[in-house]
Amino acid sequence: MAMLFGFGQSAEIQIRLSNEDTRKIVKARGDDGNMHDHFLYYDGESVAGVVLVNLKKANHKFEHQGIRIEFIGQIEVYYDRGNQQDFISLTRELARPGDLTQNAQFPFEFNNVEKPFETYMGTNVKLRYFLRVTVIRRLTDLTKELDLVVHALSSYPDNDKSIKMEVGIEDCLHIEFEYNKNKYHLQDVIVGKIYFLLVRIKIKYMEIAILKTEIVGSGPNTFKESETVAKFEIMDGAPVRGESIPIRLFLAGYDLAPSMRDVGKKFSVKYFLNLVLIDEEDRRYFKQQEVTLWRKADKVMRHPGSQDDEMPTSIPGTQKFNAQSVVEHPKPESPRSDPKSGSTSPDDNSDSS
Amino acid sequence: MASGASATQRIPSKRQTLDEAYAPPANFLEIEVINPITHGVGKMRYTDYEIRMRSNLPVFKQKESSVRRRYSDFEWVRAELERDSKIVVPTLPGKSLKRQLPFRSDDGIFEEEFIENRRKALELFINKVAGHPLAQNERSLHIFLQETTIDKNYVPGKIRTA
Repeated sequence: MAMLFGFGQSAEIQIRLSNEDTRKIVKARGDDGNMHDHFLYYDGESVAGVVLVNLKKANHKFEHQGIRIEFIGQIEVYYDRGNQQDFISLTRELARPGDLTQNAQFPFEFNNVEKPFETYMGTNVKLRYFLRVTVIRRLTDLTKELDLVVHALSSYPDNDKSIKMEVGIEDCLHIEFEYNKNKYHLQDVIVGKIYFLLVRIKIKYMEIAILKTEIVGSGPNTFKESETVAKFEIMDGAPVRGESIPIRLFLAGYDLAPSMRDVGKKFSVKYFLNLVLIDEEDRRYFKQQEVTLWRKADKVMRHPGSQDDEMPTSIPGTQKFNAQSVVEHPKPESPRSDPKSGSTSPDDNSDSS
Repeated sequence: MASGASATQRIPSKRQTLDEAYAPPANFLEIEVINPITHGVGKMRYTDYEIRMRSNLPVFKQKESSVRRRYSDFEWVRAELERDSKIVVPTLPGKSLKRQLPFRSDDGIFEEEFIENRRKALELFINKVAGHPLAQNERSLHIFLQETTIDKNYVPGKIRTA
């Protein structure tokens, strides 16, 4: 929890949230590098609670020019001299200018607050939601901040086609790879297969990696940071023509967050599956494929009378995937592009399982 | 829409035929650098090595070949590949100019131990290079491995397979 004490410790400010005992807690790494607990909120939920102002020196008159609380959603870009942009800013007046002679409590409520983006702590950018109490004083204001974590939920996507492609280096290596979906939720399983059509190089082993790329800014000021989130060996040894290697990668074991697309028009977070083949001379042949990760709601909201085994079409506080967010299919990552007629795109695929 | 056990079922794939499984591997490439022989006498001596190649890769015209090459031929093919192909070409063992200076107590570059070390390093070099898919497309590599003599006035270019 970010804490900012003003000068003169004549009063202590605390922010208490409603339903603290029933609300879920998320562990997140703060600016100091340590893990902290934060309360979890969803889009549309009200943010309410009580602000406690405790006077340090009892029976001393505590003068102030007003007390207010703000709910702020902010995107901070690190490299641009700490450029901060508030995309949400709501204020509630708690007290008019006056004096406090004893400890005071100020209840507050922000009704049905829109929280359009998920909290994100990245390498070059961070998006956070927080409450800030300000006690205006003559010389310096007293402030207190309380960070909240927001998760953005989504429902099952409509157009979840499999990814199936034939790639390779002409006359050297041809593979056909398939992943069962192009959109995976964070506890999902990536099921796929690699089928070898032509192997004229000496392969030592093959692995699959999950890459996370954070893109901040645009045009000449674009910063791209890539990080390997997970690496998994799926084959050891030299395959021959006709062999099929299965893939089964459980995402729940890795620290993943949903894909973010052009959030606040400032940054994106993209995930890629990187298939890498390594030959006897440690040369690496790879193919990157973008996948979309989304967050599934833990509990399903049921309307009375609905069937239990039917997946809900919409969950309150979630957003449907728009059909525009399909996976791009870049050219194969090979020295020579693959001219074979067998190259397929998922939309043309008629025999996906 | 995926739900339940069917979502994580293994993706069915074509069965491998017996021919595919038990046919000789399509990636057979063996190159040996052997039989160093020092020719000539006195100051005009030079050492060359036999480059024996066996491969079933279709990009190579001959399935088996044997040629003799000297160190400067290796330097030639390395320079050609550096210029024409986009790969980072591995380094050759040193030229050992120190060993070529006069007034040495030993035989300089014609010492047995020196030749053996150089032979091993050249073998590593040529195997690394010849296994690279991009290097396999260069005419200079094919001339080096399979032509009896190297025509330094050849026309550089890429090999086109059928």
